[in-house]
Amino acid sequence: MGPAQNESAAMNLFGKLTWSAIPLDQPIPLAASAMVVVVIVAVLAWVIIKGWLPYLWREWICSVDHKRIGVMYVLLAMVMLLRGFIDALMMRAQQAMAFHSPGFLPPEHYDQIFSAHGTLMIFFVAMPFIIGLMNFVVPLQLGIRDVAFPTLNSVGFWLTATGALLVNISLLVGEFARTSWLPYPPLSELKYSPGVGVDYYLWSLEISGAGTLVAGINLVTTVLKMHAPGMTYLRMPMFCWTTLAANLLIVAAFPILTATLAMLLLDRYLGFHFFTNDAGGNVMMFINLIWAWGHPEVYILILPAFGVFSEVVSTMSGKPLFGYRSMVIATMAICLISFLVWLHHFFTMGAGADVNAVFGIATMIIAVPTGVKVFNWLFTMYGGRIVYTTPMLWSVGFMVTFVIGGVTGVLLAVPPADFMLHNSLFLVAHFHNVIIGGVLFGAFAGYNFWFPKAFGFRLHEGLGKAAFWCWIVGFYLAFMPLYVLGLMGMTRRMQHYDVAAWHPWLIAAAAGAIVILAGIVLQVAQLVVSIRQRAELRDLTGDPWNGRSLEWSTASPPPAFNFAVLPQVEGEEAYWGMKQRAHEHADRNEGPDYDDIEMPRNSPTGFVCAFFAAILGFALIWHIWWMAIAAAVGAFATFVVFAWRDHSEYVVPAAEARHIDEMNRNARESAFANTGASS
Amino acid sequence: MSVAQAAASPTDPHRLGHDRPPPQAIPRKRIIVGYGFWIFLLSDIIMFSAFFAAYAVLSDDTAGGPSGRDLFDLRNVGIETACLLLSSFTCGIASIGALRKANWFYAAMAATFVLGATFVSLEISEFAGMIARGAGPSRSAFLSAFFTLVGLHGLHVSCGLLWLLTMMAQVYAKGYRRDILRRMLCFSLFWHALDIIWVALFTVVYLMGVRS
Amino acid sequence: MKRSPRLLVCLVPLALTACQLDVLESRGVVGSADKTILIDSLGIMLAIALPTIAATFAFAWWFRRSNAQARYRPDWAYSGRLELIVWSIPLLTVILLGGVAWIGSHELDPAKPLASDTKPLEIQVVSLDWKWLFIYPDEHIASLNRLVIPAGSPIHFDLTSASVMNAFFIPRLGSMIYTMNGMTTHLNLQADEPGTFLGLSSHFSGDGFASMNFQVEALPKEQFAAWIEATQKAKAGLDIPSYKSLLKQSSDVPPAAFKTVAPDLFQQIATQSLPSGPGPE
Repeated sequence: MGPAQNESAAMNLFGKLTWSAIPLDQPIPLAASAMVVVVIVAVLAWVIIKGWLPYLWREWICSVDHKRIGVMYVLLAMVMLLRGFIDALMMRAQQAMAFHSPGFLPPEHYDQIFSAHGTLMIFFVAMPFIIGLMNFVVPLQLGIRDVAFPTLNSVGFWLTATGALLVNISLLVGEFARTSWLPYPPLSELKYSPGVGVDYYLWSLEISGAGTLVAGINLVTTVLKMHAPGMTYLRMPMFCWTTLAANLLIVAAFPILTATLAMLLLDRYLGFHFFTNDAGGNVMMFINLIWAWGHPEVYILILPAFGVFSEVVSTMSGKPLFGYRSMVIATMAICLISFLVWLHHFFTMGAGADVNAVFGIATMIIAVPTGVKVFNWLFTMYGGRIVYTTPMLWSVGFMVTFVIGGVTGVLLAVPPADFMLHNSLFLVAHFHNVIIGGVLFGAFAGYNFWFPKAFGFRLHEGLGKAAFWCWIVGFYLAFMPLYVLGLMGMTRRMQHYDVAAWHPWLIAAAAGAIVILAGIVLQVAQLVVSIRQRAELRDLTGDPWNGRSLEWSTASPPPAFNFAVLPQVEGEEAYWGMKQRAHEHADRNEGPDYDDIEMPRNSPTGFVCAFFAAILGFALIWHIWWMAIAAAVGAFATFVVFAWRDHSEYVVPAAEARHIDEMNRNARESAFANTGASS
Repeated sequence: MSVAQAAASPTDPHRLGHDRPPPQAIPRKRIIVGYGFWIFLLSDIIMFSAFFAAYAVLSDDTAGGPSGRDLFDLRNVGIETACLLLSSFTCGIASIGALRKANWFYAAMAATFVLGATFVSLEISEFAGMIARGAGPSRSAFLSAFFTLVGLHGLHVSCGLLWLLTMMAQVYAKGYRRDILRRMLCFSLFWHALDIIWVALFTVVYLMGVRS
Repeated sequence: MKRSPRLLVCLVPLALTACQLDVLESRGVVGSADKTILIDSLGIMLAIALPTIAATFAFAWWFRRSNAQARYRPDWAYSGRLELIVWSIPLLTVILLGGVAWIGSHELDPAKPLASDTKPLEIQVVSLDWKWLFIYPDEHIASLNRLVIPAGSPIHFDLTSASVMNAFFIPRLGSMIYTMNGMTTHLNLQADEPGTFLGLSSHFSGDGFASMNFQVEALPKEQFAAWIEATQKAKAGLDIPSYKSLLKQSSDVPPAAFKTVAPDLFQQIATQSLPSGPGPE
């Protein structure tokens, strides 16, 4: 609420921030944040005692290497997944308990939890996970040495991390939004949400949204302008195509989010009237604008996941992707149509029959290319020799689950059905069905698939499969009851309820969440065990799955410059083609000619920018104006200093490139010989 | 399969694909940077279009307060427009100067700065006048949208002026280096894009506002 | 430990009776028609989806690496005929569904009056923080958190919000509609037979949202007339000051009846001549 009375002048130095911002009277957030602080301090202490800090700073925090930035994105996503999942567990527990009872979470706390859960899962789990995969994989698949703008890439990552940091600070200092993951006005206006929660939401998304935009511009330019020789557009692996589509959507949609949230910020900070009840503000405009971003956002998330499945299904079936060109057309069609359907998020606001029908049908039209994709994966499997590795399990699990999610989604696109099911738990079940069953399964498939490329050893298969089974069983147990509850008329976001018939289904859903928890525990175990057993799981071939695209043609982990000599691409499935030609011609030429390689220098710019952005965001949230101005000046100074640099690149001499490459090639050669001998 | 056979078998692929020296496939940096910056400009224009849309929706919601007809002074806005269009011209001259490494680059940039600064100060005085008349952005939704749209453009111009000064300092300190010239290319793209947005803004906000 | 068998004993019958799918067991014409469309669309889609799921399982199983009988076609990646089928199946489905959606959206547009011999009853709905106010303009009465309607006769609702957004939803009767400040939305519903149903807000509106329910009582005609009469003799009326006290945030407010209503109260709220709710204090 507003500043306490009798504030001294000294207190005003910190704007609205007082000691009362720390929730000393609420045990749950206090304990949670205390735990987080302890973990962070422990990790920091560990790093400092071990003497790793300089290494971390030099090789990771300042890194502009797309592979390392990709790994850090994925790491961020996985940590935030834990946080978001704890929120989910609390919500499921609350609803399982809150029949005729207030449960254990009061509304003002429960409302923060579901808001934080949605915000975290979309913006700080799904987004960084897929952006991380795209960052890591796409340059390798295109056969190039780096992305178009390496330093900006680092800036983008650190801004995203800043957004995540601000959301998590809200746990300890102040509060988070109580307005759901999309803060519909007028509830989110100052009049109805006077606390700092909505401000935390808005500033963290403005900052991370800028980071996402930077990542999008970078990847669009990379895919469109940078290729290995011979890598024409129609020879790019499917994942590159879906990356292109997703990042075009980022570039076209995220500015709308930035603008919309900026309008809400102006309303809240300077008394503007974009969305207020009075002085002519227009609430419907917010809803239209936010969904003009929000619906493309769904495809920003799912398209790269489609790309992952295309790679995994084709590799594990030992076949090219069926109907590659069809898939390209389908991807770009989805990219386009996704901008024409936003109104289906509010059929129930009385837009009129014609409008509703048009947008309902437009929504269904998206299902056509999506259906084509499912059929094409199916025919990719047909006639294959499918190896059931963990990534393949996730893919088959996805195909089945996603079809169900697609059916319920198209059902919701029929306006009269939506009139009954909108905002119900049926809707909640539907979008978890596609986001978990599609995006998250895709992220996990990609994580298991490309992990050996990133680190040179595989993930433990047994634990990976166990995790998959827990996830899929838990998913069905947790979300099928929500479909039923939706048909029973239960709306979402209820802190308590009095309908006896809902209760058993909510208990079942909570049980499902616990099975998913087991899956997550197994995933953590998988990572820990794999690191400990990395000697046994080591992959020296660089090509553990008998891959088809260029990332498998270099060592694992790839050298900083990816390819000592840029590969020459002669067709679709570049690396498969090379392997085939090796079979046919058995020609062995001498080593290639090596040239000097220019690589971008590491730079702390990204981290320093993010540091100032974090301070700027925090200061603005708490109205600490002097601090905001200082941070803005600091950010500008960082840019000037960065622009002033004289050397942006370093050179790997040809001799060193040759040395590294020969070492890698010899290691691979003997590894291939060994696998050949053992089979 | 014996070890010897396996070693001789041509399944190891990493020797292949290196048959020919690669042609220069990756375009020059100048093209990549220019391309990326264009994409940024497109996204910026999309952001503007969201504010344009908001303005179009709210332009009649004056909540009993003044409308564009009561407020806009086309003479003032005309001078602003002239300044900005002229500054685009001088910015173009500066670009040529940078490419030719000629010292009139500084003169053209300075002229661009003066014109841009005149534009910003005229806009600020227009805003100040409106606020003094009680027609500030909190008066009505229409005025909120007006101040945001026009102010956002003004903010872009102000940032551009800051960039312009940095650009001049860089050229002065570092010379017409290739990376500096790439930045100059981006700057001129940015400055021209602001012009394009202003033309749309002048039409939609001022010309149509005075008529309605 | 001790409690778990008892819990089980409780749960089993609960789970059996718990399958009351209110949305599919409508007591009103609108709900039944919504449901028909829902079931039809689901049927059309399942005709494609179920074979697809079955094929996924079949292909995944048959083409496993360990199955020596399956033929491996390592280069099979294109078939014009299949592509045609692959595009046309979803396209045909969508054409069919699109027809259903088009007709359904027009037939069941919430603003469209219901076909009936009886003149519809007018009710004005105002969502407050966190209460529902029902105004009967022709009867000059109002009711808080309790909606009483005559069974078998169509109802026309005009809806608005006095503060933030909400959505008005009676699962057993059919379509929902949003309530928004400064705007009026329209909804037509009908209860075919007498009964008591749950009504709720289906759009999150703040901390008191979960309690923002109301009871819907569909009464036979005579009983409804009696209720009107009884309400007209209620103690309190709803004038502007008492409306303004209702505007303040409160939840779990027991139902109340008002014998009179300030004239044009709904219009004043919907056109924002009355200020919107003050929010938290």
